[in-house]
Amino acid sequence: MLYYIGAISLILIGMYAVLTKKNLLKIVVGLSIVDSGVNLLFISVGYVKDATAPIFSMPSLTADKMVDPVPQALVLTAIVIGLATTAVALGLVIRLYDHHKTLNINKIRQLKW
Amino acid sequence: MRKAIAILLLAIVGYYFINVFIHMPFGEKREGVGKYYLENTVKETGAANVVTAIVVSYRGFDTLGEVTVLFLAATGLGAILFGKRGEKRRLQGASVIVKTTSMMLYPMVVLLGAYVFVHGHLTPGGGFQGGAIIATGVLLMFMSYRHFNVSHNALTWIESLAGLTFATVGLIGLALGTTFLQNFLPLGTPNDLVSAGIIPIIYIAVGFKVGAELTGVLDNMLKTIR
Amino acid sequence: MSWLAVLVLVLVVVQIIAALFSVWQKDLLLAALGTSAISVVLSVLFYLLQAPDVALTEAAIGVALSTIIFVIAIKKTDRYEE
Repeated sequence: MLYYIGAISLILIGMYAVLTKKNLLKIVVGLSIVDSGVNLLFISVGYVKDATAPIFSMPSLTADKMVDPVPQALVLTAIVIGLATTAVALGLVIRLYDHHKTLNINKIRQLKW
Repeated sequence: MRKAIAILLLAIVGYYFINVFIHMPFGEKREGVGKYYLENTVKETGAANVVTAIVVSYRGFDTLGEVTVLFLAATGLGAILFGKRGEKRRLQGASVIVKTTSMMLYPMVVLLGAYVFVHGHLTPGGGFQGGAIIATGVLLMFMSYRHFNVSHNALTWIESLAGLTFATVGLIGLALGTTFLQNFLPLGTPNDLVSAGIIPIIYIAVGFKVGAELTGVLDNMLKTIR
Repeated sequence: MSWLAVLVLVLVVVQIIAALFSVWQKDLLLAALGTSAISVVLSVLFYLLQAPDVALTEAAIGVALSTIIFVIAIKKTDRYEE
């Protein structure tokens, strides 16, 4: 239950940053916090009490005492994709700063590059 | 005002989150597709690590898509920062201690990455983790040696060959069997290094691809002139 | 309440504090380090949730690569949020 609370509060804190902050880099930081929260939420949904990791490394491990492997497989790729999209977002931020010399979204008014 | 509206919106979102998750008790066993995977993975794919079997075998097509997304993101970053690359970096490197230590650590970090993706079907780990660890090793060298350079041509070749290996193995499966990524190699005994058919081949290819792409991302970001 | 539950409680509280810190911090470099701290805690939580594969990924990507990408972007732009 504690995991759910942690994950949901991470998501809400990240969304708060995205909604209220005016600095572009701060918005990207908020998005990455939301990303972490969603990943934690996925993994904690798949958890089973008193179970082991889904790896059959010893003959004594049985299938009915293991956590759900599907969310783990999804989150595994989601983390890597999250890094790549964060990098693209930061590249755009660097380009915008280059052109406007500011990161404040209220001062960036023109839509042209 | 803006903050008040934001907090109101977040309260609504949080209320619905709690409403959903109160019906999903924590740590309870659920019947679903995960049960099938846990019971049949060793029999059907020969891999000891169920997560690897799902990523590479059961949802291998999905992984091909994810690798493509990664490739597009790396290329897109290169396109966004195009024309801003240059060699105007400060040539003053790190101190001797940092340089020597990272020179000694670099081969070990790369070896650890290779170990992680070669043993992906036996132990925790695999192509994505191994590639990320290798990129971390290259980052160590970038930070301590200012003139350390990676060849973009080599990165492109590694990336393309790894992607091609993935697609080719999948197409051979389609030609010999019935579906894309069908296993055509002997399964071997579970928990052996050479086992699980095509899973190690594909995960090694993914490892090289992810390592090359993340290195390319770091290189693109670092070489941008301010 | 076992010691494991206490550990989880401490980790979750640290994580929330780190998230609040990186949202309210005016110095963006410290905010980036805050996200790195979130990733460290998250990696331990994944390990406790019996997901070693994901913990390994988070440790390599969230702690090292993601932080360094933020640091580079801050170096190319402004350090302080006005």
